[in-house]
Amino acid sequence: MNIIVVGLSHKTAPVQIREKVAFAPTQMDKPLHQLVAIPDVTEAIIVSTCNRVEIYACTRDIAGGMARIKRFLADYHNFPLETLEQHLYTHHGEEAIRHVFRVAASLDSMVVGEPQILGQIKTAYGYAAEFRTSGIILNRFLHKAFSVAKRVRTETKIASSAVSVAFAAVELARKIFNDLTDKTVMLIGAGEMCELAAKHFLNNGVRGVMVTNRTFERAVKLAEEFDGKAVPFEDLFDQLHKADIILSSTGAPHCIIGPRDLDDVMRRRKLKPMFFIDIAVPRDIDPGVNDVENVYLYTVDDLQEVVAANLQQRAEEAGKAEEIVNQEIGQYFKWLSSLEVTPTIVALRARFDEVRRTELEKTVAGWKDLTPEGQKRLEALTNAIMNKLLHPPTSLLKQGGQGGRTDLYVDALRALFDLNLGVQGGEELGELEE
Amino acid sequence: MNALMFYVTLLLYFAATVCYLVYLVKPQPATGTASRWLITAGFVLHATFTLVRYIQDGHTPITNLHESLSFFSLSVVGVFIFFERKFKIFILGSFITPLALILLLVSTLFPMGITPLNPALKSKWLVVHTVVAFVGYASFAVAFGAAVMYLIQERFLKRKKLGGLFQRLPSLNTLDDINYRCLTLGFPLLTIAIISGAIWAETAWGTYWSWDPKETWSLITWFVYAALLHGRLTTGWRGRKAAILSIVGFLVMLFTFLGVNLLMPGLHSYK
Repeated sequence: MNIIVVGLSHKTAPVQIREKVAFAPTQMDKPLHQLVAIPDVTEAIIVSTCNRVEIYACTRDIAGGMARIKRFLADYHNFPLETLEQHLYTHHGEEAIRHVFRVAASLDSMVVGEPQILGQIKTAYGYAAEFRTSGIILNRFLHKAFSVAKRVRTETKIASSAVSVAFAAVELARKIFNDLTDKTVMLIGAGEMCELAAKHFLNNGVRGVMVTNRTFERAVKLAEEFDGKAVPFEDLFDQLHKADIILSSTGAPHCIIGPRDLDDVMRRRKLKPMFFIDIAVPRDIDPGVNDVENVYLYTVDDLQEVVAANLQQRAEEAGKAEEIVNQEIGQYFKWLSSLEVTPTIVALRARFDEVRRTELEKTVAGWKDLTPEGQKRLEALTNAIMNKLLHPPTSLLKQGGQGGRTDLYVDALRALFDLNLGVQGGEELGELEE
Repeated sequence: MNALMFYVTLLLYFAATVCYLVYLVKPQPATGTASRWLITAGFVLHATFTLVRYIQDGHTPITNLHESLSFFSLSVVGVFIFFERKFKIFILGSFITPLALILLLVSTLFPMGITPLNPALKSKWLVVHTVVAFVGYASFAVAFGAAVMYLIQERFLKRKKLGGLFQRLPSLNTLDDINYRCLTLGFPLLTIAIISGAIWAETAWGTYWSWDPKETWSLITWFVYAALLHGRLTTGWRGRKAAILSIVGFLVMLFTFLGVNLLMPGLHSYK
């Protein structure tokens, strides 16, 4: 039984292609059932996000399975297979395992370390479990992938730092205020980045939002959006002391807030810290504000530097993460191969025993003066020969083969002795501990 | 036996300090766990040592400089463990354990033998007055540690140097909060120590207050912290100002404790 991966991602396909082959999350039953209806495909999971569409499947015939799944992708989406194939990648064996582990650990993401992908795979697995298209192999495999992702997350700093300006602002605010739930954000002016940052602050639990704008109507409109309070621009310095975090992005040609303006504000705040984030170009807030006691001023350039440093750190941590993935692949592969060992040994013994019995019966049938004692001895002799012959291969397989490549031995034995394996060794499932 | 316990404590504090400092530079879970165990083990042994000494002495073992420094060190570790558990701020240890280690090291510079009790100190007030004073001192020491951390972290934020140490230090607000909590613990204790001292002085020397250098400097220390607390509660002396003042307060307190004993002869100069 082989695990294969067929798919495309942001690395191989532009968004125009990706969106054409994406699967709607509301109707996953249809494609999943179609997949497991493909001959040779026994289990399947579809992962479909805005950055990747991938099918993880279990198949007996690697090449055939891959070809049929490619065809399925093209047919299902009415997309020409020739075009699609240019963007598709396929993996099997160790590479398939590595690929899925890396995807789950967010090592293959557009922003390495972003946390969403693990949840998306879990959802995808949820569908497959719900529609019963994933079985013992993929169940185990996906759970292993989740545990690898968790290990990477806890043992490396791959996801521990912000890689967007908005998140960097939230993280800095936490380093000043610790708890944001009783803090108020004030937006001065409007702008995409400003609003995005305000949204991040709201998602991180700030208590309230105040909005001010030279055009009061715009302030009111934006305030409604954030369920906040609009403040007339003239009242800015009357209200500023109520804000802990100030996001500023006006189109003003000069600075609108200077250090002197804060004397009164800080007095009214009883010196409680303030965090200014100046997103405007040219600047809204005089750099001297950063020198006021308990006031911290960051410009968009400062935040971008934070982000760049964090990205650098993530790249370094990714190396450690790859190391963890490698270790886990080794372990998982060992287990996967051990799955096939017992049935192979059983089938091999059955094969030998079958030959022995047939030949023994033939001999006994034509032997008139064979005593029961003699027959017993013949039984014993043939058994002994068979056991002696089977001992070395059996113990080698049980030990995991030479160099840990049990799969090669299993495949060779099956081909050499024409072994047909029915059911997988379900008993061995308990051996792989997560 | 007793001396052995003392030196093992010293060794444990030393090991804990090394681990805490290593953790500051290169944080690894194993180092963290090790430092926590070492300081806890050190504290337990140190407390046992102090208790044994109490039984051997037959009086509270805070009557000479060696004993006082050792008890100060013990209190610092105790107050630190309390705040560390409460606030879950592990990294505080990297700033507090070196202080406890230094205090214990300095205590070895003074004669360690058991001295016969000065008759003037033979009173049940001895235990109240000294223990309360030293636990108060220890709270100020932890406040000092948090203040140093605050100033470092504030500098990082102002200069926008957001590297590794910045990531490991807690938020400004948390540090300011610890500072405040330490003051609200230390200040009442210092007040009780001064009042109990005055009452004791009345029974021992016949006067509540004799402007002995220790008394004067205790009062100065008290005023520094009173000003800090007052400023905090009324005009919001928080953050940087509070941090600087609690560092000043700690230095004045150290002088009250050590400087007065060593440099200014007076009623309190027990060596």
